[in-house]
Amino acid sequence: MKIFGVRLPGMSSLILWGLLWELVGRTGFSFFLPPLSEVIATLYEIIGTAAFQKALFETAYAFLAGVFFAVVIGIPVGILMGKSRLIDELLLPWVNIFLSAPLTALVPVLMVLFGFGMKAIVITTTLFAIWIIILNARAGVQGINRSLVEMARSFGARPWDAFTKVYFWAALPEILGGVRIGVIRAVKGVIIGQLLISIVGFGALFELYSANFLMAHFWAVLIVLFALAFTLAEFLAWLERKVAYYAAAR
Amino acid sequence: MAMPQTDLSLVETAGAAPQMAVRVRGVSKTYGSVEALRNLSLDFPRGQLTSLLGPSGCGKTTLLKIIAGLLEPTAGEVEVNGHPVTGPGPDRAFVFQDFALLPWATVLRNVAFGLELRGVARSEREAIAEKYIAKVGLSGFEKSYPHELSGGMRQRVGLARALAVDAEVLLMDEPFSAVDEQTRRKFQEDLLELVAQERKTFIFVTHSIEEAVYVSDQIAILLPRPSRVSEIIRPEGLRTKDVANIRRDSEYLDIVDRIWASLRSYVE
Ligand SMILES: Nc1ncnc2c1ncn2[C@@H]1O[C@H](COP(=O)(O)OP(=O)(O)O)[C@@H](O)[C@H]1O
Ligand SMILES: [Mg+2]
Repeated sequence: MKIFGVRLPGMSSLILWGLLWELVGRTGFSFFLPPLSEVIATLYEIIGTAAFQKALFETAYAFLAGVFFAVVIGIPVGILMGKSRLIDELLLPWVNIFLSAPLTALVPVLMVLFGFGMKAIVITTTLFAIWIIILNARAGVQGINRSLVEMARSFGARPWDAFTKVYFWAALPEILGGVRIGVIRAVKGVIIGQLLISIVGFGALFELYSANFLMAHFWAVLIVLFALAFTLAEFLAWLERKVAYYAAAR
Repeated sequence: MAMPQTDLSLVETAGAAPQMAVRVRGVSKTYGSVEALRNLSLDFPRGQLTSLLGPSGCGKTTLLKIIAGLLEPTAGEVEVNGHPVTGPGPDRAFVFQDFALLPWATVLRNVAFGLELRGVARSEREAIAEKYIAKVGLSGFEKSYPHELSGGMRQRVGLARALAVDAEVLLMDEPFSAVDEQTRRKFQEDLLELVAQERKTFIFVTHSIEEAVYVSDQIAILLPRPSRVSEIIRPEGLRTKDVANIRRDSEYLDIVDRIWASLRSYVE
């Protein structure tokens, strides 16, 4: 961003918004919005507490497990769909339906099927993340240069080698793009799971703080959550840029 | 380079199998309603370079891929060393028009990739790859990535990869069409040297008449719709001449003219 010819560091607009928040908060405009300084002070206060760390652990665990399954199942399924016409015709309608479906509405069904524990939360997280990962891996494989496929065949690649040494790497830029969006959706999934299925983790904290009108606490947890999600997405975007140099060259 | 080539009369009288590395017999190929090849037969003498020359769209790539085992013919068969082709095999290696390099792998790994797929141990395949990298003049670029190389250098990588698997038959699909003119000339000279040294059978697709006459022991002229071999030309006299003078040679110019005369009616 440039103002009056002076180059400002990235995200300096955040400072502006932070200031605005502080000012509006100080006017006592609404109990809902305490000043930013108070939120940050609260953040320091609660970040070391056992309750916060337990919540962080529960959320991180459900999130990572959900993303893990989404990646480990989603990428191979997407690659298979990209390679096999039959599998593609069988699965594509379902993938498209679930990608655009309001998954939150499915959560009660998941509770019936998988109970009220961690399992249902992890599955919810996976369901939020997996479809876009599948679709992107599929698109990546379908975009592979035909000569690369023929090259692998002509030098006698067995299917497993072709899969791990050629298709996966050739599709990697798209795959990482899918994982990045999937991870962002998984954040939604895990919080919705923790609010609807069983009140644990950050979901429980949100519940607790908002029910007791502890708005500084509420915002503090929200800031932590946003910061974590943002950092993760930025890290994946950075990885994506690292492989982007060859996306054009395929 | 000015090395004596197999005498043609010997090839013809000594009869089939051992002299012919590849035989194509009555091959037809249709893509849906497009008839790309009809009843095409052609023999490729061992240790020589045969060019497939013809206007674009006449089925050169199709024929090459059928020989490679990448495509199935609709009818007819291909034999390599007397064995019918049913798919890709270690006796043939392909050099691709667009190089087909792994963009995420170094030159070294790309050149060794054919050997890697065949399960050759890492140290062994890298030693072999280094030898061929040097042979194609890319020493010092082992750790480079394809996007850091020029088009000509990339095709040298593709060539080294094909040489490294030590296949008897090298299939080259317009390998020099994506490189600039100067590089192309250098490539053509290097190719002649390679044919003389390597004792492999080269099948070389090109749409350039000059290139075909310059590098070939045998030129098969393919005509389109449906494609067939219309003529086989052997620029034999040229192969014993100094490469530096070939392009001024009257025999060279005569053959180029003759081929142009038979092709011109197919170019509008
Ligand atoms: N996969 C394909 N599907 C349909 N038609 C094809 C396919 N590949 C090639 N053809 C057609 O077959 C003919 C020969 O193609 P090709 O072998 O690529 O010719 P060349 O290499 O001589 O330019 C062309 O008319 C082309 O359009
Ligand atoms: Mg072609």
